[in-house]
Amino acid sequence: MASTTLKLPVYFDHAATTPCDPRVVQAMLPYFTERFGNAGSRNHKFGWEAEDAIEGAREHCAALIGASPKEIVFTSGATEGNNLAIKGVAEMYERAPAGRGGRGHIVTAMHEHKAVLDPCKRLMKEGFDVTFLQPRPDGIITAEMVRGALRDDTILVSIMWANNELGTINEVPEIGRMIRELRKGGGRDDIVFHTDATQWVGKMPTNVETDGIDLMTWSGHKIYGPKGVGGLYVRRRNPRVRLVSQIDGGGQERGFRSGTHNVTGIVGLGEACRIARAEMDSDRERLFRLRTRLETSLLGALDHSQVNGHKDRRLPHIANISFGFVEGEGLMMAIKNIACSSGSACTSASLEPSYVLKSLGVGDELAHSSLRLSMGRWTTEEQVDYAAAEITKAVRKLREMSPLYEMHLEGIDITKIEWQQH
Amino acid sequence: MAYSPKVIDHYENPRNVGSFGTSKEVKERKDIGVGIVGAPECGDVMQLQIKVDPASGRIADAKFKCFGCGSAIASSSLATEWLKGKTVDEAMQIKNTDIVQELSLPPVKIHCSVLAEDSIRTAIADYRKKNGLPAEADAAQAH
Repeated sequence: MASTTLKLPVYFDHAATTPCDPRVVQAMLPYFTERFGNAGSRNHKFGWEAEDAIEGAREHCAALIGASPKEIVFTSGATEGNNLAIKGVAEMYERAPAGRGGRGHIVTAMHEHKAVLDPCKRLMKEGFDVTFLQPRPDGIITAEMVRGALRDDTILVSIMWANNELGTINEVPEIGRMIRELRKGGGRDDIVFHTDATQWVGKMPTNVETDGIDLMTWSGHKIYGPKGVGGLYVRRRNPRVRLVSQIDGGGQERGFRSGTHNVTGIVGLGEACRIARAEMDSDRERLFRLRTRLETSLLGALDHSQVNGHKDRRLPHIANISFGFVEGEGLMMAIKNIACSSGSACTSASLEPSYVLKSLGVGDELAHSSLRLSMGRWTTEEQVDYAAAEITKAVRKLREMSPLYEMHLEGIDITKIEWQQH
Repeated sequence: MAYSPKVIDHYENPRNVGSFGTSKEVKERKDIGVGIVGAPECGDVMQLQIKVDPASGRIADAKFKCFGCGSAIASSSLATEWLKGKTVDEAMQIKNTDIVQELSLPPVKIHCSVLAEDSIRTAIADYRKKNGLPAEADAAQAH
């Protein structure tokens, strides 16, 4: 039951973005006003202050992922980071010049974020070959699957650490170590391993050394930092990864990424990383308890509902649940006090249901019936109980209205009906 | 997406939700016509049932069930309101564009209104078939 103190709507879309931690905002504020300098101004105090702030942030970022500060490149976010990593590697390690085919082979997955898929598709048009691996039905990409897809001309493997719609966790350290072993075998020191870790970094322990990562993308706004800033890890040793820059100009970020530094954003990202490192373990445990509470409540109350993706190998804060016989957008409309996402077609302009769920082989019907509920640092038990009660009520109401549920109750197998397709 | 007030009203207070019996029962009743259109994998299924008064030939009652988004639910709810009291011939005149206009559906939701029109035509065709009536030329043409 909603108490009078519960502020509505409640926010269950932390996989889309998170609020800034007030400590992050506090750290950023001086850099808007009194410390406004350009880090590129090398000969006065204003410039030095900005530069110091950036280098401090770089250390926080590096510490969070077990890297050295020199391996961190600041970007405008994960989309830019992914573009720089993927296109930058392709252009640096190409086997043939532009304008020709056979420029090199890239391995990625069907359920990657668009910020990885679309750069890969662009490269396909420009003469590279791309393999899009289909995940297992539980959403996982294994090291074995990647190994099976490698070719003599493979130059890049890009596999996300955790999926944004499902929270499922791919075998990233296993892939990293497999590629490292291939290099030791000799002759393959030109395969670069990139991971889009936007949903992972800051939530789960990360060590680019032991996990065998060459390039890793993440973003500030998914970890209680500001929007418009992110980090790209670029390995400097064993091997040194080189990239062709995608934004040219003043040569900032060691030439990887020109443009005046977003000092406030970078300070915010650094503070967000510092806090994440300190509080990750307690956040994770608390979120896991909350999600268990949410899923137990929903799956207990509603028959024909299922968690999509691997049951255990998932980020602790994301629940992707399909409620059979109920359409996702219709459901979202009934729970307008719960801010969340749906895999339903109708939430997008494309009328196609979630390509992520489809890639797992979840039927289109269940893909249309899915909600993604993602929790965060300030999600409370009271909010979880409210969400569970509201969703249960809405699903029951919509099932009363659903011809599919009626057929199901009559014992008709709806998969055997010949539907009148449009 | 912002819904029009009329869509929200139909969604929150859907008119005439239900059916006139199990699918087996309604199949055997000559006074009832059933239209089921759409497909679960497309994210929309509409089920429309009309009950025709044999004496007057008018639609005495109509019920719907809908698996779909708010606009699909509103379109089918509106269709049941419009059908009641009409003869089957009059009902055939209901066009999807009328539904679009009444509910102020945006372009991306026009297919919901098309489904509603289809469900009306399919239900009437079912009624006519059960009663040995000729299917009208313009009714035979589905989408």
